[in-house]
Amino acid sequence: MTEKKWSRNVALVGTGMSKFGAFSDKTSRDLFVEAFCDLKNYVDKGFDPKRIEALYLGNFSSDQFEKQAHLAPILASWIGISPVPTMRIEDACASGGVALRQAALAIASGEYDVVLVGGVEKMTDLHIAQVTEALGTAADSQFEIPAGFTFPGFYAAMATAYMAKYDAPKEAFYHVSIKNHKNGALNDNAQYQLTIRQIMESKKERAAIKGRPVPEWEDEMEFLSDPKGNPNIAWPMALFDCSPVSDGAAVALLVAEDLAQEFTDKPLYLIGSGQASDGALPDRETLASIPAAKLAGAQAYRMAGINPEDIDLAEVHDCFTIAEIMASEDLGFFPHGEGWKAAMQGKTARNGDRPINTSGGLKAKGHPVGASGVGQVVEIWKQLHGIAGERQIEGEPRIGLTHNVGGSGQTCVVNIFERRD
Amino acid sequence: MSDYTMNSKDFYKALADQKLIGSHCKFCDAYAIPQKSICPKCHQQESEIIEFSGDGKLVAYTVISVPPVMMAEAGYDAKNPYCVGIVELVEGPRISAQILDVDMHHPENIKIGTQLRMTTITRGEDEKKVTYLAFRPI
Repeated sequence: MTEKKWSRNVALVGTGMSKFGAFSDKTSRDLFVEAFCDLKNYVDKGFDPKRIEALYLGNFSSDQFEKQAHLAPILASWIGISPVPTMRIEDACASGGVALRQAALAIASGEYDVVLVGGVEKMTDLHIAQVTEALGTAADSQFEIPAGFTFPGFYAAMATAYMAKYDAPKEAFYHVSIKNHKNGALNDNAQYQLTIRQIMESKKERAAIKGRPVPEWEDEMEFLSDPKGNPNIAWPMALFDCSPVSDGAAVALLVAEDLAQEFTDKPLYLIGSGQASDGALPDRETLASIPAAKLAGAQAYRMAGINPEDIDLAEVHDCFTIAEIMASEDLGFFPHGEGWKAAMQGKTARNGDRPINTSGGLKAKGHPVGASGVGQVVEIWKQLHGIAGERQIEGEPRIGLTHNVGGSGQTCVVNIFERRD
Repeated sequence: MSDYTMNSKDFYKALADQKLIGSHCKFCDAYAIPQKSICPKCHQQESEIIEFSGDGKLVAYTVISVPPVMMAEAGYDAKNPYCVGIVELVEGPRISAQILDVDMHHPENIKIGTQLRMTTITRGEDEKKVTYLAFRPI
């Protein structure tokens, strides 16, 4: 394959996000305004919104969730940037990451110098069965959904293939959940700011108050192993293996590299980007890995001229715990079949060799699907600038990666950012 | 000549006749399920509709306790979970299907590699009744 070069480079000069959670009093436009206002806190030299030349919006399905299609021009008008061109990018849960890549390509093409990337989803207005059905439209609605598959079900099926192929125990998944909740507990924007242990203790307290028998869970592993604490959703994925239904928005401001210093002294540079697609789950050569993620990662590493060992931290698409383990292998951090061991050994913790999902990930931070890919970039911005507070990783990280998956792996987009100052 | 066309809906038309159809590429000999006019392996348009034997093995599965609306209406819930899996046909290609007659209450005992045979299951009532693909252990 010939080496493709972008005609000019792209810098990230700020990010912003709303709090992720369940907000019955807010719509997607309110969340988007909140994220845009937050962005202003991080573009340190300030910026005039009139400089924004286009909005690329990642959104999976405002039409199903809020009965509002054609969302991008509405959001542009609510932040006062009409009449710039706007577009909504839909690639299921990868919509945000793909929107960022498309915005970067538009800058690289020379068409725009300053582009706003947004991601938003407002999911909690619907009942859980309706949410499950809406998310199901991201799969093959003619040949997968009629079989009875749900999204937890797809990842659960991949988990059974993974467990059988590598002799991995179900307990390995618990370590991902425990770690991500620990990180989320230190993130003010996270939907769940409680560790699994805190959740376990509060369940015990509630049982005692109500005069019911108090469960005898000794630690998190016992709690997660007990269907009373951690009920089955789609075996082997139980409740605490699954990311939540969420509302939230995130934004990122991308500019042509030579303009970056006008916005901030500390830009991040988008040094690598890759994207790939795939057919429905049964069509893949393996079910214990996501081939599109491997391809997207390889493209991004090749463009950046770096190797997986050079990545200081990664935000990966942990919609389910098995997804984080497969991502840690597909991105080359660990050999295939070793990711589950690395998770159990704490290698992916904040103080491990390979910190993954320091934000809490989709699991604890929340998964407003169209916003998730942009929300990952917010965490990379904070960590690479040393402003992640209590969850800041040590050692002045310089290179961060985001990995955003759509559906069961039909889309994957990987972006790599570097701080150079 | 087959009674069925490459149109994707004909897969279910065949299923209602208790037939599991797909396509076979006369150019590169690859099989596909459901049927595809363009061969996914060699991209030629030399495919013919064929009927699969209906035998295969389980390559991945899950037991679902929180069903979507369609499965809830069919009577499934946390007390009555169902199994869905990916089946590799003896001819090679794979397809998603409901898996019947396995131990839904002990999913850890369901074995990848289990030999399966095609059957069908109907869901919905009256004019909304549809025939879906299912497999059960041989």
